Amino acid sequence: MTAVNPSGWRPSAPSTLETTAVTTTTGNRALMLEEPLLFEIGSRDQTGVDFDAAHAGPTRLGGLERNGLDLPGLSEPETVRHYTRLSRQNYAIDLGLFPLGSCTMKHNPRLNEKMARLPGFADIHPLQPQETVQGALEVINRLAFWLLELTGMHGVAMGPKAGAHGELCGLLCIRAALEARGDARAVVLVPESAHGTNPATAAFCGYRVENIPANKDGRVDLEALKARLGPDVAAVMITNPNTCGLFEPDMKAISDAVHAAGGLVYCDGANFNAIVGKVRPGDLGIDAMHINLHKTFSTPHGGGGPGSGPVVLSEALAAFGPLPYAAKYPDGSYKLVEEEHAADEHPKAFGRMAAFHGQMGMFTRALTYMLSHGADGLAQVAEDSVVNANYILRSLEDVLDAPFAHSGPCMHEAIFSDKGFADGFSTIDVAKALIDEGFHPMTMYFPLVVHGAMLVEPTETESKAGLDQFIAALRTIAERARAGDESLKAAPMFAPRRRLDETLAARKPVLAYQTPAPDGTSSDYGAEFGGR
Amino acid sequence: MRYLPLSDADRSEMLEVIGASSVDELFRDVPEEARLKGPIRGLPMHASEMAVERDMKAMAAKNMVAGEVPFFLGCGAYKHHIPASVDHLIQRGEFLTAYTPYQPEIAQGTLQVLFEFQTQVARLYGCEVANASMYDGSTACWEAIGMARRVSRRKKAIISSGLHPHYVSVCRTMAKFTGDMLETALPVLAAETDAERVIAAIDGETSCVVVQYPDILGRITDLRPIAEAAHAAGALLVVVNTEPVALGLIKAPGEMGADIVVGEGQSIGVGLQFGGPYVGLFATREKFVRQMPGRLAGETVDAEGKRGFVLTLSTREQHIRREKATSNICTNSGLCALAFSIHMTLLGEKGLSGLARLNHARACEAADRLSAIPGVRLVNDGFFNEFTLELPVEARPVVHAMVGKGVLGGVSLGRLYPGEAGLAKGLVVAVTETVSDEDIGALEAALKELCQ
Repeated sequence: MTAVNPSGWRPSAPSTLETTAVTTTTGNRALMLEEPLLFEIGSRDQTGVDFDAAHAGPTRLGGLERNGLDLPGLSEPETVRHYTRLSRQNYAIDLGLFPLGSCTMKHNPRLNEKMARLPGFADIHPLQPQETVQGALEVINRLAFWLLELTGMHGVAMGPKAGAHGELCGLLCIRAALEARGDARAVVLVPESAHGTNPATAAFCGYRVENIPANKDGRVDLEALKARLGPDVAAVMITNPNTCGLFEPDMKAISDAVHAAGGLVYCDGANFNAIVGKVRPGDLGIDAMHINLHKTFSTPHGGGGPGSGPVVLSEALAAFGPLPYAAKYPDGSYKLVEEEHAADEHPKAFGRMAAFHGQMGMFTRALTYMLSHGADGLAQVAEDSVVNANYILRSLEDVLDAPFAHSGPCMHEAIFSDKGFADGFSTIDVAKALIDEGFHPMTMYFPLVVHGAMLVEPTETESKAGLDQFIAALRTIAERARAGDESLKAAPMFAPRRRLDETLAARKPVLAYQTPAPDGTSSDYGAEFGGR
Repeated sequence: MRYLPLSDADRSEMLEVIGASSVDELFRDVPEEARLKGPIRGLPMHASEMAVERDMKAMAAKNMVAGEVPFFLGCGAYKHHIPASVDHLIQRGEFLTAYTPYQPEIAQGTLQVLFEFQTQVARLYGCEVANASMYDGSTACWEAIGMARRVSRRKKAIISSGLHPHYVSVCRTMAKFTGDMLETALPVLAAETDAERVIAAIDGETSCVVVQYPDILGRITDLRPIAEAAHAAGALLVVVNTEPVALGLIKAPGEMGADIVVGEGQSIGVGLQFGGPYVGLFATREKFVRQMPGRLAGETVDAEGKRGFVLTLSTREQHIRREKATSNICTNSGLCALAFSIHMTLLGEKGLSGLARLNHARACEAADRLSAIPGVRLVNDGFFNEFTLELPVEARPVVHAMVGKGVLGGVSLGRLYPGEAGLAKGLVVAVTETVSDEDIGALEAALKELCQ
């Protein structure tokens, strides 16, 4: 008896053919269906939308009429099939564990989708007169209230459109605050283990980025940090819990030291899921922190966005937050405070970060999520995410090197290294073998401070049975990597594609479909590729 | 709690494996004084699906829904009919609940969609390459100015007065911190755009010229003379489009010499959503691609030689280049890009040009009827589906008064340019395929009464 043969029955006519070498005319393999590009199946004369015909009449286009677009169309049944087939080549949370560390791939409740699609939220224009969108402003204001309560902070900027946009917002607040006190500072300190967005954001804001080292326990080296602080340091960007999945126990001491040196503390809130409802960042002396609604508050990742990255701000920074924002007045009404009223109501605002007022579609989902969980449910989210991660850490530390396990429990993600693998075997081989086992791999080679890092974040929405299956699969793969099993190098073998040639893609970039020449030769797009 | 699979029995069994006596022990790195002792007071406890739905619906009911009234708002966000299959397909869990395609072997669905999306955007804009999307049109516009700075190694951008004032505001905010110099001006209620002013302002310091097409008042300008002047001075032409449906009928910016074309893709597939999430489009010339921000999907082959797609040229990006990246952007607008791409596939050239023709025809009818109202003047000579009226009175109170008559009658320039007396009588009216004859009649009647 096995998992795929619980009955233990034997077939009456057992198959004797070796099927792996059999090819099919179509390239399909039953439910695994190949799908051509839209440009290979669509036609410029085909459409999947019917309209009333336009009244014929002269145009008023300033003589700039266009001749042809070369955009292929498909009928509705062809369209549905094209995208349904493509969707089946994707792994997704709905299919199974998606343990990408620092990405918080948790279940996306469908009630959130339903609420976001209520016409009262989905079908309103950002520039409608404000008396016609009081309910929408109420959603923004209520979500802001939840974020402030959960973080213990003073103000919140709801506008940023993703985590990195939130980082930008936070650092611009810091820069505005420092400039307001006539204290231009040039340097932002970032731990080596930080997300790439941290240094990229600091550089974008005109700061010089300097690294601060980690200690042997995977935490910020407090003494090294203190030694570097000085009148040129504008801010320190800390991720807490950090990208090794560890809480920074010295966070308050770090904040105090930075403040004493006249700087400000930015916290990357990517890992807020581990502490939501359990710890309030405001109690740790943080000045600004973005919250990825698409992580902790489960707005769907959608294959890479859209996200939403509100930023909570301390008393020192709240006055500098961007425009516009939804304010509530004593009579129960809401108003969007824009440039027009900024001089009276928010005179120190650093400006505007995007055309309208934030990711409303994400706000409705996140608020729905919060109302569903409540204060008690959110604390349980943090606890279960930490229990699940520690369960993985302790179940695998005998076969996978866990560099910081000696220093105690992890938070919501467990980190392993490739130490102990046979020569020539690396993290990528383990990751690709997990694909064959039906799991999405963990985050690979990040953070950079751990060799061949494997960062596993199961989240709280995984059952124990699901984790046990994952642990068993990863254990077997880890043993194969230690033993130098060459077949690992061929993984994945059962995915829609084998390993893809990324070097080739970058050397000769083909970024758009080129219609083949009539003689059948492919165009030379990319061959003369130069760039600057 | 319906979203949490662990039972109490699971938790104790797991704590035993972990070797901890309680969950609290797992939080031991958190200093005692920072640990909350119970659920946060001031927030409610968990609630049933039914209760949450009731709460959310009560707030939704307080808003005036665009689809339920005569509706004429544009200025950067447009109401279009979205085919039912678009929302059905983007809700497939394999798209909705997938991550950024970092493991391409099990993300070919997303990657092929992005490759197709890039191709559609490039062709729509008349450019060689497009990226896999930005947050929205306004942030894409700012990123284009930054890219032009990197390409030209100059820092002065000349901004047309027809650029959406919120976009200008975003650029101005960012420029304060990056040291870019922006030359801006206010629009005037005239048929001509400020192309001449822009051309005259170009000099040897100019990194780029930024022109919206069609512009904030709905005017359409020939981009070719601007492109020529910019190129002659070694500057780039950045064109911003906020209504992609227009490009089904008017010349593509790329065809007219634009070097970078960016815009808002919301009209196609995304919906109004009170301003977000939307989808920023970003296209350019092949030779500038290494200075382009954002993710890119590219073609390659797998170990068996089968065609496949991967994220590529990531050496431009923050997760590899860190402080030297072209942008700090990480998350883009993948699901909205998918919606855009599906809708564009349903339309095809035939559908998009038909849709564009219908929009233009509706707008022409509305412009004629509304400008026949005594005292109301049509500002535009040319337009696509959006035009500006000069009313005999200030437009902003008129817009509010129209709400009382159940009409969402356009965007007043007073809202967009508060305090600018010369623009206060301007009303920008967008007329898409969703507008019926009766809707135009309702707006006409309301304006007639309120403009007396």
